Amino acid sequence: MSPILGIYASQISGHLVTNNYSSISTVTVGSGGASSITFSSIPQTYTHLQIRFNGNISSTGNSFQMQINGTSPTAYWHYLTGDGSSTHAGAVSANQIKLYGAYAGTTAYPTAGITDILDYTNTNKNITVRTLAGSDGNGSGEIQFTSGLWINASTTITSLTINPGAGTFTQYSSFALYGVR
Amino acid sequence: MTAGATYVPIATQTLGSAVSTVTFSSIPSTYTDLILVFTGSVSAGTGTNFTLNGDTGANYSLTYIYGSGSSAGSGRGSNQSNAGYEYMPTANAIHTNITHFMNYANTNTYKTILMRLNGSTVQASAQANLWRSTAAITSIALSAPSANWNTGSQFTLYGIAAA
Repeated sequence: MSPILGIYASQISGHLVTNNYSSISTVTVGSGGASSITFSSIPQTYTHLQIRFNGNISSTGNSFQMQINGTSPTAYWHYLTGDGSSTHAGAVSANQIKLYGAYAGTTAYPTAGITDILDYTNTNKNITVRTLAGSDGNGSGEIQFTSGLWINASTTITSLTINPGAGTFTQYSSFALYGVR
Repeated sequence: MTAGATYVPIATQTLGSAVSTVTFSSIPSTYTDLILVFTGSVSAGTGTNFTLNGDTGANYSLTYIYGSGSSAGSGRGSNQSNAGYEYMPTANAIHTNITHFMNYANTNTYKTILMRLNGSTVQASAQANLWRSTAAITSIALSAPSANWNTGSQFTLYGIAAA
């Protein structure tokens, strides 16, 4: 980094460089697109999981939604959205958890999101998922908070499949899974 | 699957004196995402902003949501010559901000930037910014127009690596 006059650089040490936040797997979609991406054989050695995604869907107006362990049990999804002029909130019962459920832009405007899956190996309570996601399209777009509940308390998470509501994830879309100790 | 350390501090700038612009330059392209963590204040009320790679063309836009303590709202800006950062209307009031530059080094896509913002006297908010450029982000310049970033304000840039 270039030094800046009048600014002191300080060093950081501690947990951030001691493997407490670890990359587990990354999927980047190739030229043919992908109807879904899957993280399988997820290690059970972390406390929480985080997914960081950035991508596009071939069909405008769809969503990023997630299936857990290849099953489709009851899930709930609450959202708070800003669409550039007003706010919206709602709740949906479905068989998948939506990570982002609105604009999901065209190929020029990536939708980005950060999803936290908390205490994913605990078999004594249902799993809660939260996401901050958004897509701006220079005159359109949305920013959205979501909270998802997967009602399957006795099962730990071993696989995650993310799919669009319709269409495919286009080339260069990326999905990265991290473990937090 | 493989695993490794991935959340890496790149640089921290803690202001020893007030300045109007803070710049991170020569950002390596070896990470997947960047995270910029800010806590600090400005000397006079202003709308702060940032530019990427020195680009001052009308290539920036954003969509935001906020709660002001009494109401919630949403808005946007289009074709702007800089990227909206944090609205800081009160001098010396502490704000925090965590900004995620997603896929910042990908030279095939435009850049989407996610932000969580908190102001001690004004609002909690979040926003999605768009930079309509396929260039890899190599510098970030954060400005406080008609004001300064106060002494003690701190900016830390992290890199997130992928497997």
